Amino acid sequence: MSLAIDLATIWAFIIAFAVFVYVVMDGFDLGLGILFPLFPAKADRDVIINSVEPVWDGNETWLVLGGGGMMAAFPLAFSVLLPALYAPMIAMLIALVFRGVAFEFRSRAQGERNPWDLAFTGGSWLAALAQGIALGAILQGVQVEGRRYAGGWWDWLTPFSILTGVSLMIGYALLGATWLVMKTEGSLRDRAYRLSWLLLIAMLGAIVAVSIATPFLHVQYTQRWFAWPNIILTAPVPVAVAAVTALLLRALANKYDYQPFFLSLALFALSYAGLGISMYPFIVPQSITIWQAAAPENSQMFLLVGVSVLIPLILSYSAWAYWVFRGKVRPESGYH
Amino acid sequence: MFEGWDAVTLARAQFAFTMSFHIVFPAFSIGLASYLAVLEARWLLTGREVFLNLFNYWVKIFAVAFGMGVVSGIVMVYQFGTNWSAFADKTGSVIGPLMGYEVLSAFFLEAGFLGVMLFGLKRVGPRLHFLATLMVAIGTLISAFWILSSNSWMQTPAGYAVNADGQFVPADWFKVIFNPSFPYRLVHMVLAAYLTTALVVGAVGAFHLLRAPHQAGARVMFSMAMWMATLVAPIQILAGDQHGLNTLEHQPVKIMGMEGHYQSHPDGAPLILFGLPDQQEGKVKYALEIPKMGSLILKHSPDAPMPGLDTVPRENWPPVPITFWSFRIMVGMGFLMFGLGLFGLWCRWRGKLFESRLLHVFAVLMGPAGFIAVLAGWITTETGRQPFTVYGLLRTADSASPLAAPAVGSSLLAFVVVYFVVYAAGLTYLLRLMAQPPLAGEAGPPREVPTRTAGVTPLIEGATQ
Repeated sequence: MSLAIDLATIWAFIIAFAVFVYVVMDGFDLGLGILFPLFPAKADRDVIINSVEPVWDGNETWLVLGGGGMMAAFPLAFSVLLPALYAPMIAMLIALVFRGVAFEFRSRAQGERNPWDLAFTGGSWLAALAQGIALGAILQGVQVEGRRYAGGWWDWLTPFSILTGVSLMIGYALLGATWLVMKTEGSLRDRAYRLSWLLLIAMLGAIVAVSIATPFLHVQYTQRWFAWPNIILTAPVPVAVAAVTALLLRALANKYDYQPFFLSLALFALSYAGLGISMYPFIVPQSITIWQAAAPENSQMFLLVGVSVLIPLILSYSAWAYWVFRGKVRPESGYH
Repeated sequence: MFEGWDAVTLARAQFAFTMSFHIVFPAFSIGLASYLAVLEARWLLTGREVFLNLFNYWVKIFAVAFGMGVVSGIVMVYQFGTNWSAFADKTGSVIGPLMGYEVLSAFFLEAGFLGVMLFGLKRVGPRLHFLATLMVAIGTLISAFWILSSNSWMQTPAGYAVNADGQFVPADWFKVIFNPSFPYRLVHMVLAAYLTTALVVGAVGAFHLLRAPHQAGARVMFSMAMWMATLVAPIQILAGDQHGLNTLEHQPVKIMGMEGHYQSHPDGAPLILFGLPDQQEGKVKYALEIPKMGSLILKHSPDAPMPGLDTVPRENWPPVPITFWSFRIMVGMGFLMFGLGLFGLWCRWRGKLFESRLLHVFAVLMGPAGFIAVLAGWITTETGRQPFTVYGLLRTADSASPLAAPAVGSSLLAFVVVYFVVYAAGLTYLLRLMAQPPLAGEAGPPREVPTRTAGVTPLIEGATQ
C-alpha cells in the first residue's frame, strides 16, 4: 500500500482524528450512561453526572466536526453513507437528544423517580449501539450505483453489525468505568474497579471476535492484514494490544487512579488503527476511495487552513476546561 | 405505513418540523448569551449585586435552552446526509466548508467555555469567568455568521462553478461567503435574536413587577429590556425593509409570493394588506389593497411597473398562500414590538415605567412575539425559495435522498413524538424557572458549588438547593 501524502489523505486523517476524539471523549460520557443502572443511588448518580457535566457538550461537538467535515471534504461519501445508515443514524440522533437534555433536565425534575435518569440511560445505550452498528455496516460495505446509495433501508442489519454494536457498548462502558475510577472515591470507586475488570475481559473478547470476523467480510481485508509484506506493518498491532492489556491488568491490580483510563484509551486507539488499516484508502469500503470522494482541492484547502489554526486552539482551551474541573468529584459537594 | 406517500414531501415536512423546533433556541441563546455578558460586565464594573443575581438567574435558563439548541442542531447537520443526500453531494464542496468553519470557530468555542461559564465562577474567579461568558457570547455570533452565510448562499448563490459530476464547486470563496443576500440576512437575524431575547426578558420582568412592583431585579431587567425594544425595533424595521429590497433585486419571484402579486402591474402595483391567495386560480381573493402602495414601498415610485407570477412558469411558483401569510405575521409582530418600545419610552419619560400595569400586561403578552416573528420570517424566506434548494439552480425534488417513503415517514414520526415529549418538558422547566422571581443572593446552576469566601451565605445556599 502506498502512502502518498496528498490533500485527500490529509483530510482522511483529519476526519479520522475527529471521529476518534469523538469516540473516546463522548465514549466515556456514553459509558457512564450505559453503567447508570448499576448505580441506582441518587447520591452516586449525582457524582457520576457531575464528573462530566462541564465537558460533555465539548465532547459531543467532535461528532459535528466529523459529520460536517466529511460533508465538506468528502461530500460523495457523506451522501452515500448516511442514507445507507439511515435507521442507525436516526436512532443515534434521537438517542443523543434524550441523553443531552437529560443532563439539564434531571436536576429540574421533581418527584421520587426521575424520568430523565431513564432517558440518560436509554439514550446512552441506544446511541452507543447505533454507532457500533454503523461502524459494522460501513466495514461490511454498502451498495453503490453511480453517485448514490442503491440498497434498501435495512441492509445495515447483519450479525456482524450487531456484533460491532455490542462491542462498542462494551468498549464505552470500559471507558466509563475507568473514568469513574479516576474521578471518584470510596465505594463508588471500588465498584468501578470491579466493573473495569469484567469490562476489560469482555472488551478483549469483543476485539478478538471482531478481528476474526472482519477478514471474512472481504478478501481484501485478509490480504491487507496477512499478505507479505503488509504483515510487517500489521503484526505490531495485535502485539501492542497484548502489551497494553498487560499494563492495564497491572494498573487495575495495583488500583492506580489514572492509568486504567488512559490505558483503555490506548486500547481504543489500537483498535481504531486496526480499523484504519482495514479500510484505507476506501472511505466507503470496496466502492469509493478517498480520492474519488474528495471535494475539489479549493474546498479542502480552504477548510484545511481553518483546521490547522483552530484545532490546536480548540485542544488548548478544551484542555483548560478539563484542568479547571480536575480532581476527584465528591458526593453532595459537586466540584469543590 | 406511509406507502403511497411522496418521500420528498415527507423529507420536507421533516426538515420544516425539526428546523422550526431548532431555530427558536439559537434565536434565544444568541441574544441571551450577549445579555449575560452585559450583566456580568456591569456587575464587574459597578460591583452591584443585583447584576450578579440577574446573571445567576438567567444563566440557569440559558443552560436549559442552550442544551436543547445543541441536541436539535446535531440533528440538522446529519439531516443533510440522511434525507438530502443528493443536495449534500452537489453542494457539499461549497457549503460544507462554511459549516466546517462554524463548527471549528463557533461550536467548539461555545462548548469549550460553557462548562466554566455555568459551573466555574468559584473555581476560576470573576475575570476568567467573564472571559468564558464573553467567549460563549462571541461563539453564538460567529455561529450565526457562518450558518447564515451558507443559508444565504442557497438563496443567492455566487462565486461557484459547476463541475462534470454536476457538483457546485467554489470558484471564489469571498463571493461565496459574502454572497448578495448575506449581509442583509445576518443583520436582520441577529437583530431578531436580540429582540426575541429582550421580549422574553421584558415579559419575565413585567410578570414579576405585576406581582411585586418593588423587586430590584425585576426592575433592572425590565428597564434593560424596554431600552432594547425602544432602540432595536425601529432599526429592525429599517433592516427588514432593506432586506426586502435586496430580495426584490435577487429573488424577485419570492417577493411576488410574499406580496401575493399573481398578476403583473405595468403602471404601479397595489399593496395587498389582506386576502386569500388561491394558488389554483392564480389570484388573491377578497383582497384588501392600497393602490400603488406596493410599488411605492418596493420601488420608491408609485407608478413603477411590477411583474407578477404570470411572467413565471407555474412549476417555478413558490407556495404563495404560505409566504403571503407568514410574511404578514412577521411584519405584524414587528410593528407590535415597535409599539411596545414606544409605549415603554413614553412611560419611562412620564416616570411610570415600573408602575404602568397596562405596559406590564402588554409586555407579558409580547413575551413570545419574537419567537413567532422569527418562525414566520424563516418560513417566508425558506418557503419563498421553493421549489428550489439552491435558488434557480437545484430543484428540491432533485435534492432528496434515494429513500422510499416508509423510511422517511417513520423517522418523521419518531422525531414528532420525541420532540413533543422533550420540548414539552423543556418548556415546562423553562417557564417554571421564569415563574420564580430573581432573588437577592440568587444561586447559579444547581450543581455550582458556592464557597464561603464568595459572599454567598450558607442560608441561601440551603434554601435554593
